[in-house]
Amino acid sequence: MLRLLNLELQKLLLNRTSKILIFVSFILPFTVLILSSIKINFFGFFTLELGELGIFNFPIIWHITTFFASQFKFFFAIVVVSMIGNEYSNKTLKQNLIDGLSKKEFILSKFYTIIFFSLVATLLISIASFFIGLYYSSYTEASIIIRETNFLLAYFVKLIGFFSLCLFFGMLVKRSAFALAFLFILYILEWVIFGLITWQANMDIAEKIQNFFPLKSMYNLIDQPIQRVMMTKFPDKSELMYDYAVHWHEITIVLCWTSIFIFLSYKLLKKRDL
Amino acid sequence: MEPILSINNLTKKFGYLTAVKDLSFTINKGNVYGILGPNGSGKSTTLGIVLNVVNSTSGNFKWFNGTVSTHDALKKVGAIIERPNFYPYMTAAQNLKLVCRIKGVDHSKIDKKLEVVNLLDRKDHKFSTYSLGMKQRLAIASALLNDPEILILDEPTNGLDPQGIHQIRQIIKDIAAEGTTILLASHLLDEVEKVCSHVVVLRKGEKLYSGRVEEMISSHGFFELKCENQNELLNYLKSNPDFGNIKVENQVVTAFLNEPMDAVTFNKLMFEKGIILSHLVKRKESLEEQFLQLTDNQ
Repeated sequence: MLRLLNLELQKLLLNRTSKILIFVSFILPFTVLILSSIKINFFGFFTLELGELGIFNFPIIWHITTFFASQFKFFFAIVVVSMIGNEYSNKTLKQNLIDGLSKKEFILSKFYTIIFFSLVATLLISIASFFIGLYYSSYTEASIIIRETNFLLAYFVKLIGFFSLCLFFGMLVKRSAFALAFLFILYILEWVIFGLITWQANMDIAEKIQNFFPLKSMYNLIDQPIQRVMMTKFPDKSELMYDYAVHWHEITIVLCWTSIFIFLSYKLLKKRDL
Repeated sequence: MEPILSINNLTKKFGYLTAVKDLSFTINKGNVYGILGPNGSGKSTTLGIVLNVVNSTSGNFKWFNGTVSTHDALKKVGAIIERPNFYPYMTAAQNLKLVCRIKGVDHSKIDKKLEVVNLLDRKDHKFSTYSLGMKQRLAIASALLNDPEILILDEPTNGLDPQGIHQIRQIIKDIAAEGTTILLASHLLDEVEKVCSHVVVLRKGEKLYSGRVEEMISSHGFFELKCENQNELLNYLKSNPDFGNIKVENQVVTAFLNEPMDAVTFNKLMFEKGIILSHLVKRKESLEEQFLQLTDNQ
């Protein structure tokens, strides 16, 4: 396993473009997080301190940071798609197989890399959130800190699921740009199907079915936290109530998609003549 | 003899096109094999199948008597297919390091193999800055990294300039001299003739011949003759049953032998008949002539 991971890391880290993208995908959410946590003084007119809003309180901070950090997953998605596209365009995939890598090992080396980066991203975000939380949060009891750390697990699963989807699209169309276009098409397609079902049946059923779609199921893992912040500000407004928790069935759906994507990528490579 | 690769009834179809048809042959240890065939005769497809990049439609192949899985067997094989494929953004040394990681061999061999192909001084230059000849030599270095039991080369001199071709040939000869089994696919026959002891001839995916080079067609060779009185010579040759086909080209008479006969006997015979030759050469068909004869006949 370590051999396969090393192999892929060498391919990625020696490539300047992917190195920059990986760097950005780690640093950017970090910077945003840190910038938002400091007090910004607008030329003495007013000071903006997001910490004052209570968004850096435990346990809501886990929800907020993972939600916003996951918006930056697109940078690493480009890396994933191009690590497949490059292997095809340089014909190094063929060479790797001739040199004695099996097709299974090839897919696994990519998948291990995805897991590795998802893990690093999750660790970074949890460490950053933890310290910012310690600094701002009004409550720092261990029991409160630990509560809702399952958002970190959701974040981890969400990244793996999304990158596996990218891996599959990369294998399917062999070219990075087209694979990214496919992601966009899938996004539109999910909403079109949602619309069709709403039109044929009703919104309720459509929403239930939509929750099983790949992109929507990944989104569902971490619901938007803005409404939750509003809830804390206006506790008496009951129409703001919604279910933001991480559910096991949501994680299961995404893990199922992940295994489907990896399995299909393998089948695709197995069947293909290079 | 120890078989390294045996191919049994291999068939590959691309849609309606049959690229390889019911092909069987065995590669034994220590020999240098050539796969001959015109473009599109299924050479590269066959190599692609045994190298795990093309799926066969039917039939099978076994590496090292089938004792190991194909991808593990490939770790003991060095192969270059058509064009050298490396990561353009990595240096030569980094590319070879990656290959070492795949094959599971030690990094220490990198410098030694780069020296074999004369690239040691360029080892820290990016692959994308290399000329085609250098790329091809790097590919050979990469194929040699694991001291392979068999080296497979598919058109190794394609697109190279004369110096490049010469360098590659010299490297191949040196490797063959060390006793490494080599499988060389090419449509350049003099290339094969210079290094191979055995050949497999393919046409349209079918095997026409496999065996030793000199036994490719049963032939006793031919004489190239010149003399003052050509008509007399021709008349005699036509009347002698030892001679088959007779051709005249630019005053040179070419007479193909049906029975073995050496030049001394023939010269004596001519002299006795009063025909004085001004030119007499006994030759065997070159591989090219044999190959053309074989592929035209069928």
